Amino acid sequence: MALLEIEDLRVGFPVGGRMVDVVRGVSLTVEAGEAVGLVGESGSGKSQTALAILRLLRHPGRIVGGSIRLDGQDLTQADEATMRQLRGGVISIVFQDAMSGLNPVFPIGVQLTDVVRAHRGVSARAARDVAVETLELVGIRNAAARLGQYPHQFSGGMRQRVLIAMAVACHPRLLIADEPTTALDVTVQAQIVSVLRDLRQRLGLGLLFITHNLDLMAEICDRAIVLYGGMVMEDGSVGTLFDAPKQPYTRALIECVPRLSDRAGDLRPIQGASPVPAELGDGCPFQPRCALRLGRCEIKRPPLVPLDGHGVACWNPVI
Amino acid sequence: MTVPLLELVGIGKTYPLTQRLLPRLLGHRHDHAAMEDVSLSVPRGGVLGLVGESGSGKSTTARIILQMEQPTTGTLRFDGTALTGLSDAALRPYRRRMQMVFQDAGSSLNPRKTVGHLLGESLALVGVKRRHRTEHAVELLRRVGLDGGLLGRYPHQLSGGQRQRMAIARALAVGPDLLVADEPVSSLDVSLQAQILLLLMELRDRLGLTMVFISHDLALVHHLCSSVAVMHAGRIVEQGTPAEVLRHPRHAYTRRLLDAVPRRRTRGEKFKPQEERCDG
Repeated sequence: MALLEIEDLRVGFPVGGRMVDVVRGVSLTVEAGEAVGLVGESGSGKSQTALAILRLLRHPGRIVGGSIRLDGQDLTQADEATMRQLRGGVISIVFQDAMSGLNPVFPIGVQLTDVVRAHRGVSARAARDVAVETLELVGIRNAAARLGQYPHQFSGGMRQRVLIAMAVACHPRLLIADEPTTALDVTVQAQIVSVLRDLRQRLGLGLLFITHNLDLMAEICDRAIVLYGGMVMEDGSVGTLFDAPKQPYTRALIECVPRLSDRAGDLRPIQGASPVPAELGDGCPFQPRCALRLGRCEIKRPPLVPLDGHGVACWNPVI
Repeated sequence: MTVPLLELVGIGKTYPLTQRLLPRLLGHRHDHAAMEDVSLSVPRGGVLGLVGESGSGKSTTARIILQMEQPTTGTLRFDGTALTGLSDAALRPYRRRMQMVFQDAGSSLNPRKTVGHLLGESLALVGVKRRHRTEHAVELLRRVGLDGGLLGRYPHQLSGGQRQRMAIARALAVGPDLLVADEPVSSLDVSLQAQILLLLMELRDRLGLTMVFISHDLALVHHLCSSVAVMHAGRIVEQGTPAEVLRHPRHAYTRRLLDAVPRRRTRGEKFKPQEERCDG
């Protein structure tokens, strides 16, 4: 049994009197200890999927269908008390913006020990020891002395490390990292990725790494799931996804990123704009921008089917 | 030899950290040097890429180029004229010749004004008669790849990519010689970054626009720029053509930046980030 098993998840928001789905039937699995990348652009439904797993969707958004099973337990049916136990204890999340994830008026030590005490019910002293140990684990040196410091006394990268420490302090089995490096400089981004990779090995974490940066995802993940318009477009191992993308969107996404290895000026943007959920029809969401579009792409949504070891949702896959 | 359009000679900018008056009068000063001895030159039609991490002084350099701030030391020349020390009135004619595009187009466009109104304001500044403004505005939108039908829209009704195009259109409205773009694509989706980059390349080629392109993304700079300057802690540590700087970096800091870029590694090559300083 997989650690996390999402089946046909649908998340909707009411817009003008009707429910509009922003996650439109997403299925994915994360095995224990596996690192899975969830790749997509804004509006693809990647963050809403993450929030749905933790049942933290912002009202009036809600789960309208499907199941989310953690070790076999369906989280869509779990009560709030159970979810409180799971959040931070079994599943944790690290958000993009490290400043708003920390409370500016409390020292980081207080915030870290709160998590530990809430979940483990240990003494203040024992919680402090765990806090120090966890900060050291994420590469903050001289941790004991820094417990009394406030978030503003840390740099952006260090704050993100503190948030990661809070997330892993209770040794969760699944860590969801939602664009954890987007607000950071490239050099700091590289450090955070190496912290996550290190933690994954040491703690045996399952990792769901959410990003719009394919190259960054490839640094850390074994498998990638490409989302577009609330749908899984392709699901496969990172290596084969890069070498032989089957979904035209995956290929376009790989090619459109400006890279140092390109010939200068050789850019291949994806024409058009990302879809608006309320305006999506019955067909494939990428179809208006797709070079390989067929007649039926507009009419019927392609199902996710196995193809050469990938899951691919496309009527006319790249060969 | 032709005069470069933009020239910075030994520019320094320090900000006082000691705020209280008495210690300052007594000479106890703590200054933060945001820029030290920065010299740059951009020929007409050239595109200078300014790269570095946050805090390296890139944006301060942009503000000084646009004369939004005065440097502490050094001289800024625009088209052969020293702008440093000029009065506000004397600066005015130069202001319209240099324009800026910011990272976050959402917050640089007034949310209460329509696209047509925003462009009209800029066109009025250069003396375009009211009855011709719509026509000009449509032409500007077309030039940045937007439809004239967007004139009546408010900024929030535009997508992120459209907003950034609109911000570029507004900058072009006054017919500038120099465009300073501070991280213009870093808040956009990856599929849109290349679109905006292509637009800037087209403007460079078609209008002969001179640009200062500020970015932390070396790959973007490599595509667009004719020269690159790497900033670190307020200083230019390396300068040259993109090929020289990005393929054969000489300075350790440039190498560090390049190593941090995620890319597909050859087998056995390890992704080894530098450690962050841990000074409290």
